[in-house]
Amino acid sequence: MAAPAAMIPYFGQQMSSKNDLVPDWTRQEVSTGTTIMAVEYDGGVVIGADSRTTTGAYIANRVTDKLTPIHDRIFCCRSGSAADTQAIADVVTYHLNVHSGVIELDEPPLVETAANLFRASCYRYREELTAGILVAGWGGVSFKKILNPVAVGGSGSTYIYGFMDSNYKPGLNKDQCLELTAAALSLAMERDGSSGGVVRLATISEEGVERRVILGNQLPKFSSH
Amino acid sequence: MATLAVTRPPFGGFSFENCKRYANAVIEGEVNKVGCSLPAARKTGTTICGVIFKDGVVLGADTRATEGMVVADKNCSKIHYISPNIYCCGAGTAADTEMTTQIISSNLELHSLSTGRLPRVATANRMLKQMLFRYQGYIGAALVLGGVDCNGPHLYSIYPHGSTDKLPYVTMGSGSLAAMAVFEDRYKPDMEEEDAKRLVRDAIAAGIFNDLGSGSNIDLCVITKSKVDYIRPHDEVNKKGISFSDSQHVASTC
Repeated sequence: MAAPAAMIPYFGQQMSSKNDLVPDWTRQEVSTGTTIMAVEYDGGVVIGADSRTTTGAYIANRVTDKLTPIHDRIFCCRSGSAADTQAIADVVTYHLNVHSGVIELDEPPLVETAANLFRASCYRYREELTAGILVAGWGGVSFKKILNPVAVGGSGSTYIYGFMDSNYKPGLNKDQCLELTAAALSLAMERDGSSGGVVRLATISEEGVERRVILGNQLPKFSSH
Repeated sequence: MATLAVTRPPFGGFSFENCKRYANAVIEGEVNKVGCSLPAARKTGTTICGVIFKDGVVLGADTRATEGMVVADKNCSKIHYISPNIYCCGAGTAADTEMTTQIISSNLELHSLSTGRLPRVATANRMLKQMLFRYQGYIGAALVLGGVDCNGPHLYSIYPHGSTDKLPYVTMGSGSLAAMAVFEDRYKPDMEEEDAKRLVRDAIAAGIFNDLGSGSNIDLCVITKSKVDYIRPHDEVNKKGISFSDSQHVASTC
């Protein structure tokens, strides 16, 4: 008679709360609360993210760069645990360099290849990881169109689903996409406590990658109060 | 009769069985039932920080190590050597920061001999984050890593779970909020060495006077391309026999 596998108890950071000299948030895991999004246009894709990383209630980094390059024209937007997403991104970057350096010779790797590598890592270790990742890029000739032209993610994304549904139309050009992304991120950052700081944008197209930062006081304003 | 034991095929990765056993012992109070108490790990309550200035990087730390509510060491050294051009401040469990920095220092020396070059700060950062991630946060080491290499001065903060941030100024430890308040007020890019040292000294002092887990002296380490100044102590703000209310730090109400 086999014994059922024991449930692994989650006992992470609750252990020693009696040591009051060291405050609680020092023992919290670093998480990118986050709002991330990606919008496709004809000729490329615009990606954006906020810049706040929190440990509990303290902001550990207010100028985080959550748009991580995986390859020359492939980026990933990270949300979830900072350590987990940084580690996965490093592993996928390594694999993609080996993959496109050794196996695929002259062509740049497909965005789908990067996405599948992410999926493999995230699924295999799904019990241990906390990660939500958007993969976006410009990757040569693709056999399959990307499923959705718009994707949002992170804790702040819940506040902008309505905005995206009403304001996104197919056929936007690059500048309209940038405006839409900046506006959506500003709205999410206004309402979500775990998102904030500056807005980081990147445009990925055949010509290359263009990065931009919109500082706090330059964000589009929506309410007068 | 078949045996009852079902052997699980071993899969890779570190086994955290003993960590679970320890946690269960603490949570269920099994240890207290027997009449013992588990030894509290010595933690460096700590304020550590670092700042990048024009020619390099300045690292600072307090010198108090606590064991629960008692000061275990009044003058411990929290700025650890990694390589001739890279130093690392450590907060969290004292043993973890000490051993982690020693292991990476040793590996980095071998790496440096193999490449024939002075090690880069990014290499040390990679090694530290990969090791800490592998142990999933059980190694309680929060580090401020700073140094100067062929690409200029660099400063990283490294958290116990293995995430890192590359920034111009960082603070860690229980006194980090007090120190960060000083930095956010007075940091400017491209400072001179003396201004940077004064800023770091004031940040650590803010941690020492406003956080119970930090105290005693202020240690500094100034790293530039040409030299390393390991100043221990830089400032003795808590001399024995001098009462706090007598010193000029307190505004009197009478």
